[in-house]
Formats: sequence, structure tokens, C-alpha cells
Amino acid sequence: MVTVKKRQLLVFFVFAAAVLLAPFFLKGNYLLNVLVFVGINTMLAIGLNLLLGYAGQISLGHAAFFGMGAYISGIITSRFPVEPFLIIFLAALCVGVIAFIIGFPILKLKGHYLAMATLGFGIIMYIIFNETVDWTGGPSGLSGIPNLRVGSLVFDNDWNNYYLVWVFTLAVMLLSINLSRSRIGRALRAIHDSEVAARVMGVNARILKVQIFTVSAVISAVAGSLYAHVMTFIAPASFGFNFSVELLTMIVIGGLGSVYGSFLGAAILTMLPELLRVFQDLDIVIYGLMLILMTMYMPGGLIGGMEAAVRFALKKIGKGENNNAQA
Amino acid sequence: MLRLENITQVFGGLTALEDVSFSVKEGSITGVIGPNGAGKTTLFNIVTGLYTQTKGEVFLGGENISFLNTEELAKLGLVRTFQNVELFRQMTVLENVMIGLHTKSASGIFSCAFKLPGQIREEKYILQKSREWLTYTGITDLADITAGNLPFGKGRLLEISRALAAEPKIILMDEPAAGLNSRETAELASLIRKIKESGVTVVLVEHDMDLVMDICESIVVLNLGKKLAEGTPRQIQENPAVISAYLGEG
Repeated sequence: MVTVKKRQLLVFFVFAAAVLLAPFFLKGNYLLNVLVFVGINTMLAIGLNLLLGYAGQISLGHAAFFGMGAYISGIITSRFPVEPFLIIFLAALCVGVIAFIIGFPILKLKGHYLAMATLGFGIIMYIIFNETVDWTGGPSGLSGIPNLRVGSLVFDNDWNNYYLVWVFTLAVMLLSINLSRSRIGRALRAIHDSEVAARVMGVNARILKVQIFTVSAVISAVAGSLYAHVMTFIAPASFGFNFSVELLTMIVIGGLGSVYGSFLGAAILTMLPELLRVFQDLDIVIYGLMLILMTMYMPGGLIGGMEAAVRFALKKIGKGENNNAQA
Repeated sequence: MLRLENITQVFGGLTALEDVSFSVKEGSITGVIGPNGAGKTTLFNIVTGLYTQTKGEVFLGGENISFLNTEELAKLGLVRTFQNVELFRQMTVLENVMIGLHTKSASGIFSCAFKLPGQIREEKYILQKSREWLTYTGITDLADITAGNLPFGKGRLLEISRALAAEPKIILMDEPAAGLNSRETAELASLIRKIKESGVTVVLVEHDMDLVMDICESIVVLNLGKKLAEGTPRQIQENPAVISAYLGEG
């Protein structure tokens, strides 16, 4: 058990080191810019994965929390001379409170009904982003959002933004890994498998679902705030139903209930449009195809598939050794 | 220990239970039997807070628990197992038992995410205790297997291990011998006796009459939602009303 824990920590450190060293190999490369958005999407995917992959509660409206974080940060910092980092915190707090309040009635619902309720919430928020023109700028967007700064360090280029976003992302990853390996993580998976049995064992499913919904929303809001400051311009189109579905696709492709799977899915879905640019509008067809093939042949996502492949390979090697020993 | 007073449960126009009262002595094994549709599982669902009864009250050690919900009852030391074995199928055997210790630990989301010292200590305790319970029920060698892959009989044992890990005062078992072969049933009987001897009160719903007559000290017979008889195994076996209910005469 100790070795498993150590191995997990090692995996995380190797991953973190790779992330932090990557820019040195990509200096001046357009890919660095894409990787900034991979980081933001990884955060969002992990947030949704805590809810869907662990607790088994679906949300089709997660883009709304992302948008709320972005707009709260964007509106306040573009109008008032306040410390933007403070507003990230404030936005996270506001979104957390809202998620907590709507979580109680919404999470009483199950399956399709929960999907519909969260979908409705997402659409309502999307309409609000569009219609409160005085605040959000409406469909034409909100511009003039300042970059974040620490002293004389301004986060206004890909290099700086990369480190800004990935420090947050790595923190979210580490905290989520810790959470998933704890009594809370186990309780969430227990709710996923059998809510009634979890309750019989003393897991307060109702409260815990609302709590993880709130955590998930807070992570999305932080990602939203960072997005607003990195882009300096935001528009409602980034926070609509399509994006909620894209987030869902990320974690299904990467791996439900896996932190690294969230990263993998986010990386693929962020980079794919760049690679598939030659196919133009065909990319949406390719997403759909991937989603179908994944659910059919790799329900554990890419991470699950890779783990199965490694296990299979180890077994083969093990067998080979046994045969050798016998010979 | 456990006392039911005038429990009545009405579903729509159907009366599933009518005016059922009985009590369970501390440290005993009590069996609840009856033909199909007698209301046995409904009774368990009421006691464990999954249903709210139409009328009547339930007491646990003198405390009125009629309106407590399931998770609060688990904290008070009342747990159950299910007729169809409700495991956390995608988790390992060990992790299933670790859930049993949920009420024995308290770390919240924050301390789990930040791995605060208290949480690390608690996690060690949970792991160590869980391994002890696997040893207790004799399934240590299955610890790392995914629960969904277990054969049925082992699944039963796991469900009982998980319930025991909550260190309950009273454990309700819904047809623990259903689907078990005769050897497994014999092992179950000795495990239930061992549980009782450790001071835990056991209540079981069961169709296997040999098992019930063998291990129960007192038996409650339900028929069509009403209590038909109550007594020692011998008294029940000789009760004419019970015999006619089971043989469909009268």
C-alpha cells in the first residue's frame, strides 16, 4: 500500500516536472499558446470529473460556472481598479455559494432529470450572459479585461500565461488526487455504485453530492477567471451548451474518474481542432465518432485503455519469464 | 434493544404491514420469517429509515428512531445487508470495507484534499481496521479484487464484513443465505454466531428454515402484513397458525 502511494506521488512529480519544463523546448512556438488552453480545460475537465466520474452525477451546464467565473472577474476588473487576484477569489466564493444553493434542489434529481435540470441552468445563464448587455456587453462580448500582474511581472504573453495557468492546474490536480484517495473520494464512488448501500453505511449522500457539486463549480469558476485574464476578451459563445458537451466529451474520451484522464481528454480536444483544421467543419463529426467508439470499445476512456494495455503487457512478460524458468 | 410498536405501512391502497409490534433482545439472534409478500423486507426498510411508516414507532435502546434517516441510524449503530447484495461493484473488496468505517472517521473535503495530519492518521486507522475485518470474515486474500467480480457467496461475506466494519450495535440481514450452497450456508451460520458472541445483536429475514431454526433464539412470523406468532423455534414449529399459513390451509 505504501508503495502504491509512493508510486502515485512519483507519477505526479514526473508529470509536474514535464509540465514545468515543456516551455523551454517550445520557446516561441505556437503550441505554447495552445497548451495554456489545455491547462484551463484540464481544470474544467477535472472539476466535471469529480462530479460525474466519481460521484456519478451528470451536469450538462458546467460551462455556466466557467462563464460566471469569467464574467465576475471580467466585469469587476475592467471597471474598477481592484486587485484581480482578489476578484478570482471573490468570483470563486460567489459561484460556490450559488452552486451550493441550487445544488440542494437539483441534486435530488437523478439521471435524465438531473441532466435536464443542469441543462436548463446552463441555458438560463447563457441567456443572462447574452441579455444583460450593460454588464456583459451582450453577444458582442466584453473587452478591456486587464492581464494579471504580480509586482512588475505581467501575465501578458504565452510564456507567463503558461506558468500562471499550469500552477493553478497542477494544484487542482494534486488536490483532486488527494481527494480521490481519501474517505471522501471513496464515499463519492460508493454513491456512484449504490447510493442506498452508501447511505446504509452512514454516507450522507445528499450533503456530499451538494458539496462535490460546489467544489466542481468553484474549480470551473477559477478556470473562468483565469480564462478572462488570459484572453482579455470574453463572449457568451464560449460558455454555451456546446462547450458543456465538449467538456463531457473530454472526460469520456480521457477517462471517467481519472485525474490524468481529464488531462488527456482536455489535451486531445483542445489540440484536435488545430490539427483538424484542414478538415474544417468535419471536426464535430470526428468528435461524435470518437465519443461513440469510446463508449463502445473503451468505456474506461484512454486512461482505462492504457492501463488495460499495460496490465496485458505485464502479464505477457510475466508469462514469458515463467516459461523461461520452466525451460 | 430494538422495539417496534404498532408499525403500519400503507402503499396506495395496499396495506403492506398492519399493526406489527415486537421487540428484539440485546445480544440475541432474532429471525423474521413468513411467506412471500408477508412484509418482511418492508419492515427492514422501515427500521433502516429507507421508508417512513404510515403509523407506529421504532425504538433503538430506548431512543425513538422512527423519523431518523438512514445515515443517522448508521451513526447510531444500526446497519443492514441486502437481499440482492448491494456492493460497491467498481471498488475493490478492501475499499468496500473501508466505506464501512465511514462513520468511524470524520475528515471533510478540505482536510482530505490538503492531506492534513489528522486525515493521514485517520486514513491509516481505516486501512488497518479494514484489513482486520477482512481477516475476521476470512476474505483477506480477495482484498484487491474488484467487488463486481466476486462470486455471489464471497459477495455476501464482503457485505457482512462491510457492515461489521461500522461496528454496529445491531445488524439487520435480509436473506443472508439466499443463493448460497449448503457449505456456504453452514459457514454463514457459524459467522452469524461469532458476530452474536462479539456482542452484536442480529436480526435476520430468512427463508431457509433449517438455518433459522438452528441459529435463532427467537422468531417472529409475519403473514399478509400481520404478526402471526412470536416465540422460540420450538414454539413456532408447533404453532398451528404458523403451520397452516405455510401449508396454505385454513
